[in-house]
Amino acid sequence: MKTLEELMALRDAAKAKMTARDDSTALTRVVVGMATCGIAAGARPVLNKFTEEIEKRNLTGVTVAQTGCIGMCQYEPIVEVTAPGKEKVTYVLMTPEKAAKVVVDHLVNGNPVVEYTVGALKK
Amino acid sequence: MYRSHVLVCGGTGCTSSNSPKIIETFEAQIKEKGLEDEVKVIRTGCFGLCALGPVVVVYPEGCFYSEVKVEDVPEIVEEHLLKGRIVQRLLYDETKSTEEVKPLKETDFYKKQKRVALRNCGVINPEDINEYIAYDGYQALAKCLTELKPEEVIQIVKDSGLRGRGGGGFPTGLKWSFTAANKADQKYVVCNADEGDPGAFMDRSVLEGDPHCIIEAMTICGYATGATEGYIYVRAEYPIAVKRLEIAIAQAKELGLLGKDIFGSGFDFDLHIKLGAGAFVCGEETALMTSIEGNRGEPRPRPPYPAVKGLFGKPTTENNVETFANIPTIIREGAAYFASMGTEKSKGTKVFALGGKIKNTGLVEIPMGTTLREIIEEIGGGIPNGKKFKAAQTGGPSGGCIPMSLIDTPIDYDNLTAIGCMMGSGGLIVMDEDNCMVDIAKFFLNFTVDESCGKCTPCRVGTRRLLEMLDKITSGNGTLEDLDKLEELCYYIKENSLCGLGQTAPNPVLATLKFFRDEYVAHVVDKKCPAGVCKDLLQYKIIADKCKGCTACARKCPVGAISGTVKNPHTIDTSKCIKCGACIETCKFGAIVKE
Repeated sequence: MKTLEELMALRDAAKAKMTARDDSTALTRVVVGMATCGIAAGARPVLNKFTEEIEKRNLTGVTVAQTGCIGMCQYEPIVEVTAPGKEKVTYVLMTPEKAAKVVVDHLVNGNPVVEYTVGALKK
Repeated sequence: MYRSHVLVCGGTGCTSSNSPKIIETFEAQIKEKGLEDEVKVIRTGCFGLCALGPVVVVYPEGCFYSEVKVEDVPEIVEEHLLKGRIVQRLLYDETKSTEEVKPLKETDFYKKQKRVALRNCGVINPEDINEYIAYDGYQALAKCLTELKPEEVIQIVKDSGLRGRGGGGFPTGLKWSFTAANKADQKYVVCNADEGDPGAFMDRSVLEGDPHCIIEAMTICGYATGATEGYIYVRAEYPIAVKRLEIAIAQAKELGLLGKDIFGSGFDFDLHIKLGAGAFVCGEETALMTSIEGNRGEPRPRPPYPAVKGLFGKPTTENNVETFANIPTIIREGAAYFASMGTEKSKGTKVFALGGKIKNTGLVEIPMGTTLREIIEEIGGGIPNGKKFKAAQTGGPSGGCIPMSLIDTPIDYDNLTAIGCMMGSGGLIVMDEDNCMVDIAKFFLNFTVDESCGKCTPCRVGTRRLLEMLDKITSGNGTLEDLDKLEELCYYIKENSLCGLGQTAPNPVLATLKFFRDEYVAHVVDKKCPAGVCKDLLQYKIIADKCKGCTACARKCPVGAISGTVKNPHTIDTSKCIKCGACIETCKFGAIVKE
């Protein structure tokens, strides 16, 4: 290592792998409902798709977490996305394909995919 | 990307309570559930809350599981990692709440702490240099080598107000400037990791939890003082620390952060580990250097100070582990940041190893100026079993004690010195009403007698005589004149010993004499040990009214000191009694007392 830039590049790469351990509130959190209902409805492939896509795109400041039953079992797999200073977005009836779109539209470009949300469902 | 990180404490405390097996089981279970690409298991350094070990923390939720057993692991994997349900029963009590898990840093144990030297302990994997770099590691070194002149580095350290954390409290920047001022073909940097006080484990935890920060700091020191070689003198009894240091040095060399032409600056620095065999005197700087040179670890008179003539006769800077651990933060965040913490003359934080009669045994780092009461009652969780606080011992065999009346003293170098105590390296042993202060003084003196290297007479003979006097007092043969003689000898040893070991060895006696003279008087005048510790001054008695004559005690007594007939009160023959206490444990009626 010969320059500060090299060190900083290495730091950023290493840090991206450690966002799971960051407990600051400045993070965007993707929370997947993983109770019996969620798992039965296929939450695990959704969860895996999220982590895979986030890694592929080198997104920093995003963590993927699990939670228990969110309460609307018939709409599982449910995924909630929370970001600091923004309303929580709840996606329902998720699939790996939908997850990929959420990563691109919502996490990368900041536009929630309205048609997948619980709000769209009720209409 | 791993979505979840499982951090398992790999400090010495948790390792001895089976954390390696816990890690193994986690890895096996995670594999069994097919989660190995989603969940990463990391062995960290000490979290500090050793009393509740083994400790496991699961991120991103930040769940703090305490006292985890190998049998609990499948449940954590199945429930938490697979299904996302937190295992409530294993959570550290204080973090349990109905809504969500309370962050660890808001618990009483961590709330008042400020982690500078320990900032990465329990946070990163100490065996992975990338994790250290991710947490801003080696940036301070890069800054020094690419932007700052050596004298500027020294000025920052001076401005920060950092003082030696090994006990003496000498200003670190000043120490560096002395070495820098001496011209020589070769200079050295030495890290003193010969932590020997009973009950102290701060240095060990830093080395185990964050070895790279010591490497970084020593390299910075080398650059600032003009040294190109460094030695870490660490005890062979710290195998985990040694192993992690070795790994860390190899990784740093691989990335070019140690070795030739670091950061293209033309500055070379190399590090060696020297294992000590565990002699207390080798923590004294001149003895330590003599030991590195391959000789018997004995001190030599100063001056010449190491800054002039140190290791192999060359100018040498020697600092303690914790002192070095503060350096990267000082350089990175600036002197003003560091100086904003602490008191007027003692800046920054201090790590203490909390031990003895306290609920939260473990490692704490607090800003200077925190009171002992805050440490014991808030961070430490108070004294167990509703007992009363009597005193806290700081500085190990070289230190003194702080009694109840001074519990609100803000802790810093000067306040402690003013009350005849010393900061020491940071062992803090809490004592309650069941501890006899004379016995405590005897315990530490026993230690120094064993550890005295024997080179100078005041220490070799003097401490032995002191111990004999204390023996005389605790066996009930002391007189009031003995107390005066004891004090006189203490001062003689302090003034005439060659090195710090002898000069401070009488401190435990002097401090207890100062604050607990009444206990000494009780031993010599009333022939009683108020705390009921000194065996020779105790008598076991049977209260006739309470004794039912069940004969249980008589049958239990190993020396046949108890006699009596069935259904009649028994008696103890005190001339035969060896005061083992077996009878008290046996008696179902509380009829036997010691006084």
